[in-house]
Amino acid sequence: MTGARLLVRALRDPGAIGECDWPGLVSAARAEQLIGSLAFRMEGRKVPERIEALFEAARRDSAQVRTQALWEAEMCRRALAPLGIPVVLMKGTAFHAAGLEASIGRSVGDLDILVPRDRLAAVEAALVEAGWEHVKPTDGYDDSYYRRWMHELPPLIHKDRDRMIDVHHTILPLTARPRPDAAALIADSVLLENGLRILSPADIIVHAAAHLFADGDLAGGLRNLWDIDRLLREFDSPDFRRRLEERARLHQLAGPVARALRLSHRLYGTPAAAGRLTLADRLFEARLLARNGWGQERRKLLRFAFYLRGHWLRMPPPMLARHLWIKATR
Amino acid sequence: MRHSLALRIGPVAFRIGSAWRAPLDALARLYAGYPAPADGLCDFTVRLEPERPWRRFVRPSVAIRGDYVLPDAAPLPLAHGLLAAEMGMNLQMALGQRRWLLLHAATVEKDGRAIVMTGESGAGKSTLAALLGERGWRLMGDEFALVDLDAGTLLPFPRAVSLKNGAIGVMEAEAEPGRFGPRLAGTPKGDIRHLRPNREAIARMGERAKPALILFPRFGEAAAVRGVGQAEVFMRLTQASTNYVALGRRGFDALTGLVRTVPALAIDYPDTETAVGLIADFRRELAA
Amino acid sequence: MAGPRYIADPASAVTAVALAGLAVLYHAPSGMTHIVASPAPEILDALQQGPADAAELLRRLRARFEFDGDEAIHARLGELEAAGLVRRA
Repeated sequence: MTGARLLVRALRDPGAIGECDWPGLVSAARAEQLIGSLAFRMEGRKVPERIEALFEAARRDSAQVRTQALWEAEMCRRALAPLGIPVVLMKGTAFHAAGLEASIGRSVGDLDILVPRDRLAAVEAALVEAGWEHVKPTDGYDDSYYRRWMHELPPLIHKDRDRMIDVHHTILPLTARPRPDAAALIADSVLLENGLRILSPADIIVHAAAHLFADGDLAGGLRNLWDIDRLLREFDSPDFRRRLEERARLHQLAGPVARALRLSHRLYGTPAAAGRLTLADRLFEARLLARNGWGQERRKLLRFAFYLRGHWLRMPPPMLARHLWIKATR
Repeated sequence: MRHSLALRIGPVAFRIGSAWRAPLDALARLYAGYPAPADGLCDFTVRLEPERPWRRFVRPSVAIRGDYVLPDAAPLPLAHGLLAAEMGMNLQMALGQRRWLLLHAATVEKDGRAIVMTGESGAGKSTLAALLGERGWRLMGDEFALVDLDAGTLLPFPRAVSLKNGAIGVMEAEAEPGRFGPRLAGTPKGDIRHLRPNREAIARMGERAKPALILFPRFGEAAAVRGVGQAEVFMRLTQASTNYVALGRRGFDALTGLVRTVPALAIDYPDTETAVGLIADFRRELAA
Repeated sequence: MAGPRYIADPASAVTAVALAGLAVLYHAPSGMTHIVASPAPEILDALQQGPADAAELLRRLRARFEFDGDEAIHARLGELEAAGLVRRA
């Protein structure tokens, strides 16, 4: 056993990994952005010296990742404070800001925030004033398409710190079929000590599930499901289950959330809704585990099918046709 | 992966996988005499893969992949597969190394004292280091200097020296033919030839050294030597480090420690022999 | 009219090393390193007494140092704010 399967096994049950393909485990973990989480899961376990040194370095690195992520959030807070609007942190940064178990070893790329749609222009202006810049030119088809249909502003990057910020106004593209209730996400958000916010626990899981299934081609899926596993274990209770179901229905994401729970249970043993895997679930599982001991993604046809699916879900056919036409004839 | 090779260089172990045999054969010849990693364990994985499946055969094109990748990196023709492997190893170190502070520098050692030479590409550090390696100095590395985060000592990382264009001829006159890799013509940086460090450098690749001098060499000017202010040294070294920022407080402590305790000089030199002479002078002063 | 008031992080948040006339600062909350010249270290030091606007800051600086750069104080504060070393109260 090696690659993604070994990685899942090691995360789920670190004590069960005895002698194994360590390079394969490390390469898969790095490819899936899970090396930090793995390193913490393996802490204290019997591991060969060279590999233990890697894990130790990854654990230390994690602390700096957290520092930098929280700093980006803080600088964003300083820039937006005068606007007096709710600023909701999302994804990895939110986990770190709230000290959730899902933050342990969690890597962070960009800063993701959610703000009310009607204040987007003011937010964009304030960020630009504070030193963020647009990554791509702000005119033309790409930019206007993005602003009209996507769930976020075109990406901004800070000119000194070189870190990106994604400003969302909802959690799925406007062209996707489920229409999450952005106002409800903000209304139910939880206030942190510094005045920033995070989504309510149930909404965090709904967001993770949405991000995993309806938004993309499942790249990074193993990390997403690990997030969901950690989140569920931290918040689980009968009340919470009910709440999660309610919110999933409210945001029209009951299907993806249920699928996320089944897969999380299947891979990581999350004490979630069991329930038999559907045929589609098994395809998802195969796609999620399609990484070998060299860190390569295998099963090209399956990956391509999911890639198409990602595009399909983001855009209805006539729009897709027009979009592809414009791109092709430019 | 169809073919694979394991390599240990100083404290770092790599596994390199390849869809083609030739680059790994060339790599194995270049690194003849290097120890293999124990137990098949490694720190980093490099993969040489076809850019697209059919590019394994049709105009074979080597994409440099592995644990850490540069998303927009251009692939190389198969004839330059050895270079791709070397670049792949550099990339893993530059993007993924967290155990030591990395400085983009060449390091040579004599009598336990090491000189760290750093500066822009083309400043001639590799050539200088390679030459000194044939003149009684131990070559510790030509690409990366590894600084212990607690002790401040330097660990050897003696990769094959990457010689470019004019430097190739200079070193062909100094080192035995068997230590050279193939001449790779027409790379983005011109002609490249790799030179394996000598037996002593390989045998002593586990031996640390104390940094005694930081040198900023600049090729192509009349010979001159001047001191460099500590703040300038600090700034230039952060620019020369790929992992300083990621190392946080430990990186700060290691680098300020280095800058405060190790003298720094900038030298201009019109030719390598002049530089070698200047460095021999420094060594005498340091030993005194 | 009083300008904005500034706050600096407590001294424990910053590790300072003097290097030949300049100071290298490690700012723990951001993980960032800054190379600064006077009067930046003095400004950060003066703000340890509590939040202050530019005028108050000048008073504190003159009281403790031979301070001469009145006009420059706003520029310095702007730089420190952009670097994240001070923020508005």
